[in-house]
Amino acid sequence: MTDSVSKLRRTPLYEACLAAGGKMVDFHGWELPVQFEGILAEHKAVREAAGMFDVSHMGRLIMTGARTHAFLEYVTSNKISREPGRGTYSHILNENGGIVDDIIAFCTGKDKYLVVVNSATAEKDLNWFNAHNKNYDVEIQDVSGDFAMVAVQGLNAIHICQGIDKHLADLPRFGIKETVYFGQLCYICRTGYTGEDGAEIMMPPKAAAQMWQFFLAQGVKPCGLGVRDVLRVEAGYLLYGSDVTEKYTPYEANCAWVVKLDKKDFIGKPALLKQKEEGAQIKLTSFKLKGPGVPREGNKVKFEGREIGFLTSGTYSPQFKGIGKGYVVNNVLKEGDEVEIISGGRSMPAEVVKSFYKNRV
Amino acid sequence: MYNQEKCKFLKSHEWAFIEGGDAVTGISDHAQHEIGDIVFVELPKVGAKVEAGKRAGVIESVKSASDIYAPVTGEVTAINAAAAADPSVINKDPHGAGWLYKIKIADIKEVNALLTFEQYKDTLK
Repeated sequence: MTDSVSKLRRTPLYEACLAAGGKMVDFHGWELPVQFEGILAEHKAVREAAGMFDVSHMGRLIMTGARTHAFLEYVTSNKISREPGRGTYSHILNENGGIVDDIIAFCTGKDKYLVVVNSATAEKDLNWFNAHNKNYDVEIQDVSGDFAMVAVQGLNAIHICQGIDKHLADLPRFGIKETVYFGQLCYICRTGYTGEDGAEIMMPPKAAAQMWQFFLAQGVKPCGLGVRDVLRVEAGYLLYGSDVTEKYTPYEANCAWVVKLDKKDFIGKPALLKQKEEGAQIKLTSFKLKGPGVPREGNKVKFEGREIGFLTSGTYSPQFKGIGKGYVVNNVLKEGDEVEIISGGRSMPAEVVKSFYKNRV
Repeated sequence: MYNQEKCKFLKSHEWAFIEGGDAVTGISDHAQHEIGDIVFVELPKVGAKVEAGKRAGVIESVKSASDIYAPVTGEVTAINAAAAADPSVINKDPHGAGWLYKIKIADIKEVNALLTFEQYKDTLK
């Protein structure tokens, strides 16, 4: 092992992942498995049975205080549920409407939220929240290290997770509940990043290996970052850092539903109002290759001989073959149009599509 | 079929199995393992000229694209259409059914510059 590898952070499930044959890589400073048996086998497991992912690296913040709901409404673009047990997907925006991060804010009690953020942006988010907290006086606590987190996803995932919480099937999508597993207090959320039903479970690190073993014994296949990316592209989910960054607004990213302009005020609202009126110049658009090949991030997109944009995600899907998405000039393409995706000098014909996988959630 | 111990290698993980004046080529078992599930391969065309150490095609797995380099200079005399149609054979049998293409060697002396299996293994340490 080189020095740079030994400096990487490890999750409470590092040993369990290694024992399961995980091939570890550097993922934004974390040593995480890119694959176990293989991406195709893991893909099949999630789509046809169940797979699990170590997502302990994600950031987790607990926010408390009388104005927590008002604060979250101000620092993000969506309307945040204040009903205990409900989570809301939302975007943190900067003053230009650019996306600082995409998050889920779970209401866990009166004036109490558990906010799950991306790992690579966790520190930036915390600083952002603190910088805008002056009028709200919310207590913001970084509890990332207090939890391990496992995502169990797939056709059989809910059934299997009922071994952890027998009433899980009653939890709505984006719901959260507390549950006790082997004497340890855990949060179980009906969320995921694969297009399949499933749960994401946060637990104290000392319970993590035991829970991983429980799922292994139920036949849940360990899955790596590689297949996680394939599944989320198929399902149409955004990857922060690629599909969305501070350079893009929710309108450009095809996420108008995350923006609630009827809210009184939120950071980025004036910029979004202006963009809504003027129309977005670019739009995140999905493409499916018509022939062989694998589109990749950075590939140029041409339409009628003219370069109109580039891909921010691309992969090989066992079901749809070469697929990708990227930003292209708005209002040029319509569904079914044929474009060229240029990869290493090779031109690959592709079709504009609305979505890939028909998500089962 | 193309016993790795009898093959010659490039540091960039391609092998060449020399039979007479021809070289059958492919990628090493180590390489297929590192690349992961191979889903697409672009091979040179029959009749094309390839040059030792220069790019001759592309292998794509789910997660990455890797150029493949020609081990020797010469004309491509055959390609493995079965591997192009179902690239998973390159993972399953990189030194057999997963061979990639065949070169009519222009200068047999180039073969001496290639690594033996033992030398190649040392580069992986």
